[in-house]
Amino acid sequence: MSAQDTFGEGGRKLPPASVRGAARRGVAARPGREAIAAKGWLRAHKWLLLRRLSQLGILALFLAGPWFGLWIVKGNLSSSLTLGVLPLTDPFLLAQQLAAGHWPYREALLGGGIVLAFYLLFGGRLFCSWVCPVNMVTDAAAWLRRRLGLKGGKVPAGSTRYWLLGFVLVAAAATGSLAWEWVNPVSMLHRALIFGFGLAWGIVGGIFLYDLLVAPRGWCGHLCPQGAFYGLLGRATLLRVSAGRRSACNDCMDCFAVCPEPQVIRPALKGVGQDHPLILDGDCTACGRCIDVCGKDVFRITTRFNRSES
Amino acid sequence: MSDHHTSSQAGAQSGAVPSSRRRFLKDAAGVAGGAGLLALGAGLYARQASALPATAIRPPGALAEAGFLAACVRCGLCVRDCPYDTLKLARLGDGVATGTPYFEARKIACEMCDDIPCVAACPTGALDHGLKEIGKAKMGLAVLIDQENCLNFLGLRCDVCYRVCPVIDKAITLERIHNPRSDRHAMLLPTVHSEYCTGCGKCEKSCVLPGEAAIKVLPIKLAQGSKAEHYLRGWEEKKAAGESLIGKQVELPVRGLEGKAYGDTRVAPGEGPAAGEGAVPDYKPPSHPGGVDSGWKP
Repeated sequence: MSAQDTFGEGGRKLPPASVRGAARRGVAARPGREAIAAKGWLRAHKWLLLRRLSQLGILALFLAGPWFGLWIVKGNLSSSLTLGVLPLTDPFLLAQQLAAGHWPYREALLGGGIVLAFYLLFGGRLFCSWVCPVNMVTDAAAWLRRRLGLKGGKVPAGSTRYWLLGFVLVAAAATGSLAWEWVNPVSMLHRALIFGFGLAWGIVGGIFLYDLLVAPRGWCGHLCPQGAFYGLLGRATLLRVSAGRRSACNDCMDCFAVCPEPQVIRPALKGVGQDHPLILDGDCTACGRCIDVCGKDVFRITTRFNRSES
Repeated sequence: MSDHHTSSQAGAQSGAVPSSRRRFLKDAAGVAGGAGLLALGAGLYARQASALPATAIRPPGALAEAGFLAACVRCGLCVRDCPYDTLKLARLGDGVATGTPYFEARKIACEMCDDIPCVAACPTGALDHGLKEIGKAKMGLAVLIDQENCLNFLGLRCDVCYRVCPVIDKAITLERIHNPRSDRHAMLLPTVHSEYCTGCGKCEKSCVLPGEAAIKVLPIKLAQGSKAEHYLRGWEEKKAAGESLIGKQVELPVRGLEGKAYGDTRVAPGEGPAAGEGAVPDYKPPSHPGGVDSGWKP
């Protein structure tokens, strides 16, 4: 935290009482206070609430069958059948399957194609922030980390996930099986929520503790090969976050504090290496949290063709 | 002064390039190594965990285990479409590859639905859609594994496994043999025929023994030996060829067995040399029971 950040612009509320505590925690302990003051709580949490609605709604669709006998969607995120007609299959699993040397049936290929087309079009890592159940676990860890003022940690390089993605496919080819699916926390958590946990709690708890105590945003932002896969899909997608009103930025750093992939903001917001305000990095999950916490309404969700600034 | 300054700057720059490259290589190696270790760990765990426990039976139409583990995406659609809740998805720690479908015959056996909904539900081909008749399924093979506690082997007429078998008289038959213990009763032994057994597990499920069943469905790999291809079964070859492969044998008469087929040396009661007729001069028939019931003690 820079001095400018802590003692910010005029009218900005400083963290309470203990100066040492405030310095240790930084303003980032509760990012978005300025936005709440400016826009009201609801608008300062709009995208977060929509996202939770999406995540829980999708989960509810899957759970309505086993819990209430209302069979709208059968299966889980790996592969599902909606209303008995719409097949959906995770292309990450299909990639592993092809690497393992199995050519799946038309149903799975069609389902994989539909999912692939959707994410290619609208943003690969929409999966991470709007669908994946692990996101709620790691968001909780990130929130608690900010509130407890935990700093530092041992963060693996951001490229680790791409290496891991490569090794996942190599392991599938070498063992002739979906080796990663034995431990994949993403599919495991979703399956566990629907079909029963067993010891899967251990893996979910492990990720929570890893993100909380060892590496901030460690799993989703640095390790998860499934996220890396969807990140690659999202290189040329339509929906993008834009720092359209970047001229209004007051450097409060709240967006950096809440962003799960903070490295993607700087080029757009500060014009580093590009002149337009679009966040084109495939790592951006389009979660919209930066839009929420910005008191100056710098960010908005738009298309990749809208390079305008206002 | 300024010369010195620029030269030191140039020196710093020329030094910075290789060191940053070195650092990049070091970082990349570290990252790759870490990721590789993680993937290796997952791979090794996968390999170890792929040893399927003998009580876990795969759904009908499942590919052989190695192929199955490449094809199954662990979506649970087969489990959802199983009308009898036979199938379940393995949870982490169940000893079966996490998320793959299986059933335990002793708990809930397969009801062998005619339309095989579990197979129809599979989107990937881990369950082979080529399986159209459930009677052709090979989920496993029943083995009467405990001949000491099986009631039929004890001489009783339990027969439950035989009666519940959906492929009765083909997959399980009752074979009548002499009971050597009582020496006067029959034993009707439930006998499994691999050609017809689908591995549904109804026999294991309904075995009346408390606790473990005497008849169990095992993965075919465990239940069956491999066929000795080099060993020609003479009777099958003879049937196929229409005659013995070694040609016609010279048949020499055997005294006293003239009326019998060649090679048949069995002696029925009343046949053979009668006492006192001189064929065997000093022969006396035994005056006490023989065999198991002889009462002989060492």
